[in-house]
Amino acid sequence: MRQFATIIFFLAAAPCVSTALAVDNFIIVSSTTSTENSGLFKHILPLFQKKTGIEVRVVAQGTGQALDMARRGDADVVFVHDKTAEEKFVADGFGVARFEVMYNDFVLVGPKSDPAQVTGGKDIVAALKKIQSAQAPFVSRGDKSGTHAAELRLWKIADTDMPAAKGAWYRETGSGMGPALNTASSMNAYILADRGTWLSFKNRGDLIISVEGDQRLFNQYGVMLVNPAKHPHVKKDLGQAFVDWVISPEGQKAIAEYKIGGDQLFFPNAKK
Amino acid sequence: MNDLTQAFAAAFKLIGRLDPELLGIVTLSLEVSVTAVMIAAAMGLPLGAALAVERFRGRQAIVVLLNALMGLPPVVVGLVVYLLLSRAGPLGSLGILFTPTAMIIAQSILITPIIAALSRQTIEDAWREYEEQLCSLGARQLTAALTLLWDTRYSLVTIVLAGFGRAAAEVGAVIIVGGNIDGVTRVMTTAIALETSKGDLPLALGLGIILVGLVITLNAAASLIKEAAQRRYG
Repeated sequence: MRQFATIIFFLAAAPCVSTALAVDNFIIVSSTTSTENSGLFKHILPLFQKKTGIEVRVVAQGTGQALDMARRGDADVVFVHDKTAEEKFVADGFGVARFEVMYNDFVLVGPKSDPAQVTGGKDIVAALKKIQSAQAPFVSRGDKSGTHAAELRLWKIADTDMPAAKGAWYRETGSGMGPALNTASSMNAYILADRGTWLSFKNRGDLIISVEGDQRLFNQYGVMLVNPAKHPHVKKDLGQAFVDWVISPEGQKAIAEYKIGGDQLFFPNAKK
Repeated sequence: MNDLTQAFAAAFKLIGRLDPELLGIVTLSLEVSVTAVMIAAAMGLPLGAALAVERFRGRQAIVVLLNALMGLPPVVVGLVVYLLLSRAGPLGSLGILFTPTAMIIAQSILITPIIAALSRQTIEDAWREYEEQLCSLGARQLTAALTLLWDTRYSLVTIVLAGFGRAAAEVGAVIIVGGNIDGVTRVMTTAIALETSKGDLPLALGLGIILVGLVITLNAAASLIKEAAQRRYG
C-alpha cells in the first residue's frame, strides 16, 4: 500500500513540475476555425516564434465567438473575417485598430448530381435563387461565424428573407466549418464554405465546387490588438509584435507560401 | 469497414513511430485527468463516508442532489468554469483560463459528485451491515467512517476508476476552458474533435482507439494492484 501511495504522490506532483517550467512569453490569439483547420497557423507560427521567441496560443472558434472572447478580455489579439463585426469591435473600443491581412474566397460546394442545376456557374446570387426554388438541401453554419454572416448577406442580395424562407431544405447546424461540411457531405447538400477549409477537408464524399469566382464571394481577414485601455492585462508589446509581423513583408510572404497540393490558400493584401 | 481498417492503421502508425506530438497529448490527458480524479477523490470520498454514517436534517435532500449531479453535463460545467475564470469574471485576475489548471478544475467539479454519490451508497450498505457491531464496540461516527472507508477500499477503487473514465472521456468542458490550444491544452478528446472537424475521420478514430486502449491499460493496472493487495492483506 505504501508503494501505491508513492505512485499517487508522484503523479500528483507531475503537473506542478510541468507548469513551473512553462514560460510567460506567449500571447493568446482568438481566431477562426478556417485559419486553424486549414493548417495556416501551423505553417506561419513557427516562423514567427523563431524570429521573436514569442509563443502564439491559438483558440479557434467562429468569428462571432472569437470576438466575444476578446471582448471579455480573454485574448491579446483577434484574427478573424467579418469586416462589419470587426469595425464595430474597434468602434466600441475593444480593439485598438484593424489591419487587413489577407483574403481568400468562399465557394459554393454541392453534390455532383447537382439537383438545383447550378454547377459551373459564376453568379452566386443566381445559384442561391435556384437552390431555393428547387428546395434543394442546403446546410447553413448557423453559428454567427464569419462564413455564416457572409452566407446571410448573400441570401439578402438574392432577395430572400431567410428567417421566413427557411424550410425543411435549409438546415442550420450551429457548428464549425468542418462539422458543417461533414453534415453536408452525408446529406448531399449545398453549403457555402471558405476555400481554405474546403481544400484541406478530407471527408468530401460526393461534394464538389459548384460555384466560384464571383466578386461577392471575397473573404477578407483582419487582425486587431485587444485594447489595453479596456483590459489592462493584455500583453500589449507581444501582441503588437504579432500584429506588426503578420502585416510585414516577411509575414505576408509566409502566408503566400502556404499551399495544399499546389493550391495557394490565402492571398496577403496588407496595406503598407 | 474500410474506414475502420484505415482507423486502426492510423492508430498503429502513430503508436509505431512514437509520434512526439501524440505523446505530448497523451501525457497531458493523463496529467489533467489523473490530477482531477485525485482532487475529486480527496473531496468525494470523505463526503460520501460522512453522508453514509451521519444522520441529520436535510441529509436526504443532499443525497438526492448528489445523485442528480452525477449527470452534470460537461458543457455546462465548462461554461460555468469559463465564466468564473474569464478576465471579465470573478476569478479572472488569476489568469488561468486556457491552461491545464483550468481543465483540472472543470474535471474535478464534474467527477466529485460521481465519487461522492457512489461511495456514499457503498459505505452506507456496509454501515447497515456493521452498524450494531461498530456501535457495540463504542465506535464514534468518525471512527466508524474511517473503518468503513478502509473496509470498502476495493469497491472504492472501482468508483474512483469510474470517475477517471468520465474525466478522460469528456470533451465538452475541457474544450471550453482549455481552448484546445496546440501543444498547451490539447488533450486526446479535443484532438479527436478537431480531426473530426477537419474531416479526417480515420485519424480521429485512430486517436479514439488509442484513448480507449489507454483507459483499458490503466484499468488493468489498477485491477492488478488491487488483486496483489488483496492477496497480501486479505
